[in-house]
Amino acid sequence: MRISIERWKTWVWVAPAVALLVVFVYYPIVENIRLSFFSWSAFSASPAFVGFDNYVTAANDPVFWHSLWNNGLYAIISLIFQVGLALVLAALLEEVVHQRLRGLLRTIYFIPATISITVAGILFSFIYNPQIGLLNRALSAVGLGSFAQDWLGNPGTAIYGVIAMSQWQSIGYTAVLFVVAMQRIPRELYEAAKVDGAGHVRTFFSITVPLLREMTTLVVILTLSGAFLVFNEVMVMTAGGPSNSSQVLNTWLYHNAFLADDMGYAAAIGTVIFVITFSISAAQILITRRRRVQW
Amino acid sequence: MVTTDSAAPVRNPRKHQGRAIAANRGPTVGQSIGKLLVWLALGALAVLVIYPLLWMIFSSFKDNSEVFAHPFGLPSELRWENFVEAGNAGVVRYLTNSVLVTAISILTTTLISAWAAYGLVRLKIPFGGPVVLLLLGGLMLAPTVALIPLFGLLQQLHIYNTLWALMVLYTAFRIPFTTFLIRAYMIDLPTEVDEAAVLDGASRGQIFWQIILPMCRPILVSAALLQALFAWNEFVFALVFLSDGELKTLPVGLMDMQSRLLTNWPVQFAGLTMAALPMLVLFLIGQRQFLRGLSDGMGK
Repeated sequence: MRISIERWKTWVWVAPAVALLVVFVYYPIVENIRLSFFSWSAFSASPAFVGFDNYVTAANDPVFWHSLWNNGLYAIISLIFQVGLALVLAALLEEVVHQRLRGLLRTIYFIPATISITVAGILFSFIYNPQIGLLNRALSAVGLGSFAQDWLGNPGTAIYGVIAMSQWQSIGYTAVLFVVAMQRIPRELYEAAKVDGAGHVRTFFSITVPLLREMTTLVVILTLSGAFLVFNEVMVMTAGGPSNSSQVLNTWLYHNAFLADDMGYAAAIGTVIFVITFSISAAQILITRRRRVQW
Repeated sequence: MVTTDSAAPVRNPRKHQGRAIAANRGPTVGQSIGKLLVWLALGALAVLVIYPLLWMIFSSFKDNSEVFAHPFGLPSELRWENFVEAGNAGVVRYLTNSVLVTAISILTTTLISAWAAYGLVRLKIPFGGPVVLLLLGGLMLAPTVALIPLFGLLQQLHIYNTLWALMVLYTAFRIPFTTFLIRAYMIDLPTEVDEAAVLDGASRGQIFWQIILPMCRPILVSAALLQALFAWNEFVFALVFLSDGELKTLPVGLMDMQSRLLTNWPVQFAGLTMAALPMLVLFLIGQRQFLRGLSDGMGK
């Protein structure tokens, strides 16, 4: 089949997008996978081929596994708050709260999402700060002063401090997404349920939850892939410390690439991140392509 | 599909008769307590969410001793000089850089994406299928994975450590998402309009600029807004590809400033407040548009 020159000219429309994508997105990612089989640093003359050595290093690196564990922790806690609790919060806003107050509460809950992660991260590092921080003082004020500590300076609590900030920032955001989806559910369903004597809890599980399945799936996927892309908040609040206790995959990649100057190992970590996030997104496409909820 | 089986038991009125009668008589004690608990929980959450931000704003007007002595309350006076000092310490420079990068990348991303979306929706492009796949794949790639090779690539192109690097990357990495967003909207536009324009002798370019773009305005606004949120907050690329302090954008610049100012708390808080304000104001003004943009972005 010959394609006429006239038809090739239509490539004018997609050429800019395709060129930018190929050069700045696809080439670097393919190159990253290639580089993960080499040993090199920013100053070495030429990379040396080492096969799977960098992946063996990862498998034997306790910090790598701890980072992966922290990403998993991030995912689980985020699912509980940003999917479970946000869904309940959205339902309470829609079902229990009167119209006027509903708008105000929704606005308040959403506000943290408009603030950049860096601002929120620095703000929370001040809140956790043992000298000026609100948290320790608030604990003392209610008689729990014995719990007061250097939250981000303690290896046992640092990652939880970061995760908690993230929940503060995002729960209102996902709750509002659920609210928007709930408003598309026909009111008649709720009225019929009310006539039949169903209470709020019953309505929530029999109508709201099943009819929000599509949005819920989407939020679950976004939360999951977000948990493996975490970087900004950890860099700002703890930079992975103290003693690597709050490292996540992305910060460990950054550390090895730009601080430890072990580019090959960093590229291998990058490939692991690629495989994880690509699988999650592929799952999203497979799931959302299936039949959508009809009513 | 869901309602028929799962909601069926509710349809049995006898089972719930007692409760329905109680509801008609007004709320029972149990229901009132339940409602009160819900209100308490919602109120407590609102305080928990908003108080850290109020603390940030209050503290930005205090002086250092007041931050320590009276952490919870209002400032004793409005010390605007904290904001001036924070501005001079770099915040104004970071804000300027952020605005510049955000504005340019909004323009390039939405235009290139709308341009590509039009081609994919209305023209029979050779190998159009693979192009869509390429875009779809682009949605699924994590930016940090490209970090190390990009470091070398940007140096070869001589745009490492310039704002151009950020503009190019913010455009390239957001083209897939933005193109799909606009494409989904364009598919629903009636084809009669551009067919009529073709008969009138208009070129494809004219149709795009004069007919299609104006018709796509709502989705272009959503796309611009989502791009603004992305570019304003982007951190990884800004951290790695800018080494010059003068060029830093807000997310990285603030982190820089934090390590420079150390325990000059009120100025730190003033800097954070200045950085948080633009998006907050934008949100409060255009709330409706904001929420629509977000749900547009989810529905892709």
